[in-house]
Amino acid sequence: MSTILQVESLTKTFQSGHRQIRVLDNINFTIEEGQSMSIVGPSGSGKTTLLGLCAGLDRATEGRILINQVLLNKLSEDELAQLRNQQVGFIFQNFQLIPTLTALENVMVPLELRGEKNIVSASKDLLNRVGLSDRLDHYPGQLSGGEQQRVAIARAFSNRPKILFADEPTGNLDEETSHSIESLLFELNREQGTTLVIVTHDQDLAQKTDTIIRLKGGKLI
Amino acid sequence: MDHKINIDSTKYSMVWPLKMAWRDSRKSKGKLLLFVLAISLGIAALVGITSFRENLLQEINNQAKTLIGADIEIKGSEPLPDSLLLALYELAPEMSREVYFASMVYFPSTDGTRLAQVRALAGEYPYYGEIETIPVEASRKFQKGEYALVDEKLMIQYNVEIGDFVKVGQQQFEIIGRLQKIPGQTEIGATAAPVVYIPYNHLDQTDLLQKGSRVNYLQYFQFHPEVDTTGKWSQLVSLVDKKGFRVDDIEERKEETGRAFKDLSNFLELVAFTALLLGCIGVASSIYVYTKEKTGIVATLRCLGMKSGQAISIFLIQVGFFGLIGSIIGALLGVGMHLYLPVLVKDFIPVELTPQLSWLSVLSGVGIGVVVSILFALISLVSLRKVSPLQAIRSDAEPARFQLDWLQILVGFSILAFLMALIYLQIGSLQDAAIFTFGLLLTIIILGLIGKGLALGIKKLLPNSIPYVWRQGLSNLYRPHNQTSLLITTLGLGTAFIATLLFMQSLLVDRVSIAGAEDRPNTILFDIQTPQKDEVRQLTLDYDLPVMQEVPIVTMRLVELNGISKNEAERDTTITTPDWAYNREYRVTYRDSLIASETLKEGKWIGKVTNPADSIFVSVSSGYAENLELKIGDEMVFNVQGALLKTYVGSFREVDWRRVQTNFLVLFPVGVLEKAPQFHVLITRIDNNQLSARYQQAVVRSYPNISIIDLELILKTLEEILGKIAFVIRFMAFFSIGTGVIMLISSIVLSRFQRMRENVLLRTIGASSRKLWKIIFAEYFFLGGLGALSGILIAVLTTTLLGKFVFEFTFIPDFSQMILIGLTITVLTVAIGLLNSRDVISQSPLEVLRNEG
Repeated sequence: MSTILQVESLTKTFQSGHRQIRVLDNINFTIEEGQSMSIVGPSGSGKTTLLGLCAGLDRATEGRILINQVLLNKLSEDELAQLRNQQVGFIFQNFQLIPTLTALENVMVPLELRGEKNIVSASKDLLNRVGLSDRLDHYPGQLSGGEQQRVAIARAFSNRPKILFADEPTGNLDEETSHSIESLLFELNREQGTTLVIVTHDQDLAQKTDTIIRLKGGKLI
Repeated sequence: MDHKINIDSTKYSMVWPLKMAWRDSRKSKGKLLLFVLAISLGIAALVGITSFRENLLQEINNQAKTLIGADIEIKGSEPLPDSLLLALYELAPEMSREVYFASMVYFPSTDGTRLAQVRALAGEYPYYGEIETIPVEASRKFQKGEYALVDEKLMIQYNVEIGDFVKVGQQQFEIIGRLQKIPGQTEIGATAAPVVYIPYNHLDQTDLLQKGSRVNYLQYFQFHPEVDTTGKWSQLVSLVDKKGFRVDDIEERKEETGRAFKDLSNFLELVAFTALLLGCIGVASSIYVYTKEKTGIVATLRCLGMKSGQAISIFLIQVGFFGLIGSIIGALLGVGMHLYLPVLVKDFIPVELTPQLSWLSVLSGVGIGVVVSILFALISLVSLRKVSPLQAIRSDAEPARFQLDWLQILVGFSILAFLMALIYLQIGSLQDAAIFTFGLLLTIIILGLIGKGLALGIKKLLPNSIPYVWRQGLSNLYRPHNQTSLLITTLGLGTAFIATLLFMQSLLVDRVSIAGAEDRPNTILFDIQTPQKDEVRQLTLDYDLPVMQEVPIVTMRLVELNGISKNEAERDTTITTPDWAYNREYRVTYRDSLIASETLKEGKWIGKVTNPADSIFVSVSSGYAENLELKIGDEMVFNVQGALLKTYVGSFREVDWRRVQTNFLVLFPVGVLEKAPQFHVLITRIDNNQLSARYQQAVVRSYPNISIIDLELILKTLEEILGKIAFVIRFMAFFSIGTGVIMLISSIVLSRFQRMRENVLLRTIGASSRKLWKIIFAEYFFLGGLGALSGILIAVLTTTLLGKFVFEFTFIPDFSQMILIGLTITVLTVAIGLLNSRDVISQSPLEVLRNEG
């Protein structure tokens, strides 16, 4: 097993007026390929900031982040976008489906972006896998919250990512739906051998991952 | 080495942005409607007006020869000396002669009399175009006997048929043709002075050419194909010119005709630009809103690996496509407008206007539409490349600090360069185009600063004591994410364009209207000799008619201006006095006071000269003074039928020429001209047609030398035609205003984005509908009010400058109109703002947030 995500001496500060706020302070951890990990902590502890940095959505103030041995610090915005397209998958708390695309088109987007052909059948299979074979042509506005998150999961796995980041994936769902989404997430994780990083408040969900890291005031505890 | 430097490159699909653009537009069509509307109306005005203008200029060009009917026309108040005539004849053997003058004509069959323009013609004129008659052959036959051609309308009016007779002076002519059109004549011209053609060789028999008669002598020449118009011919022409004759050739007539439509043409250009620029603001505003709405999608797609350039290209493809649709719709509307405009203006243009579709105008209109759509959309769209993927997980994530975006600056400069090029292509002056573009940029900066100033001023000065709803509404103007500066700029710019157009429209409509409609005089008696004066006055009173004005008229010529004669002025190129100042015949009057149509502008009016040795101070009209660059105290020597009279400019008068009465360029005081040869004019008003006919017959029977102008008929037609001109001006202006309203809607819709969540939150924490309405009202009231006020002030400045440098008039702001425009824009802003927010108030907060999400 090789290291898929490596975080070294990671620090993130924000300027607020004349004050500098240290949101993350000297964070270090690694995660191996195929593993699952949850980041937990109270509100404002820096969980989402950490996720954003690890996924290459934001720039670190200090320290290094490597995904699959690629150092993110040195990459341009467009190179980061390429890296995300090739190796990273996302699941968001508020689903973030493109409202103007159908469920099927939403799932196809990551593959289309990299110019792959014959993607319709693979995307349909994924939607079938998440139980939405009868909702292919529905727009997000026509789907329930649980269904939207299933489409988001199908989209996240469509580009066969090496690592998948999930930001409070069940935060906007009721308990029953949350359970089915969690099961689906872990099943696909196992099937595809993807590394899973979840930011969550939910202790039960965190317990299901291989590793848990806890954040408080921007520091690992 | 523990890490890779590079990542594997992804083969991004070129087709994908196209596919995404199409997919995304399926659900965004409604949102792009305002954008399509804005561009289509702007392009419609541009295509319609440029096609019409091109068509008109093309027709003037094509029909230039028929405007004059010959290659050269020489006109004077006396016949051309034989020596000159022979010299000209040698070079241009095709020559026709015409004498025209105003005279009463009499139709014995119906006992009708009417002032007409009598034209006595000899020769083959017109060499280009036709004197159009029914029957056709009458136009050539009438010179072969005692025949006449009579204006068709005149024949209808006096119930005269072909075969009846018309009496001109002492000679009776048989009417053999109905005159329909003569070269260069407009409908309006034909109505004001209906023409009667008679043969030149029977002119003497009319006995109307007495010494002192006001007669015009015309010679028309057609060049021999091989004539050299540069050498001897041009020397001859300049000699003719020096002798005080007016020489007109095709080029000059073309220019004159073009100049006659200068105001209309300038105004139409103004309309086209206003509509286009308003359309551009509409595009910029609607795409701004659109871009804001798409930020979330872009953030998500960036997370999924989309490159920044792809984000712009998706929406650029949409803008290009919908811009093309809007431009095509606009071009079609413009073609419709182009087909309709000639119908509207046919009565007052001297050329037959067959609408011809100018593919160049249509294609360039579509091209311009697409380019302005893309350029004005790019201002917002380029910001999409800066959307951070982080916004997908944190909605409050924004770029770390404000950075000057070089691409936005580049787009801004491209827009200015494009506008400047467009204006240059339209008006052909790089300097004017640069002034306009710079003015536009300056206006935008000033409006932006006003917006910033307003936000800052309210922040500093807003007292805590005012009621909560007003405080909340006003605070929205300076709180984070406020659109104050942007909205004040778009509202102000829109208002400035619309107000300028309305000011110009009022001024132009006012310029073509006739003052004092109800009790204006309608009958003018000309050429009353001094001994007849009292008798005619008595006759008028006997018919119970008012003598509204009785004016003595003395004819004279200007001999010297400040000691400089015409010849000296011609020799000295530094003297700018125009030729016509010396060439024209001045009809002046004398009286001791100014009348209602005159206002003293400068100097002092001295109404009486008591001592013959005293200096004579005349009053000149301010327009005349401006043309001749006169100053108070300048010396003017007049030749009053042989006697030289030295006078000084004592005052300038503003004269309202639109009033139906005798107005004069030069006014003398009493005590100078009483003994000079003169004739009199009497002005009256006759309300009854039968009384008018009886009175006219009585005058003509007793005093055959007196000419009577029945203004009622002329004024009616004139007003009808001027009404049509006013309609064209209003029609075009409202087209632009329509675009303005769309722009206004797009501008205000942009504020929705910012206020939606805030208002929903207020609603959630218990704000009543009434309170929310008031908060929204307060915000839009101040935005609309200040935007309108700024725009109006800019419009006043623009109209003043346009008036001075383009339309040549002085603009005096009409406060009631300004208040009306200000109120309308403010009310519209508030109304659109409230309508725009109605769902925030009428729906449940959750429903709104769900729809917006």
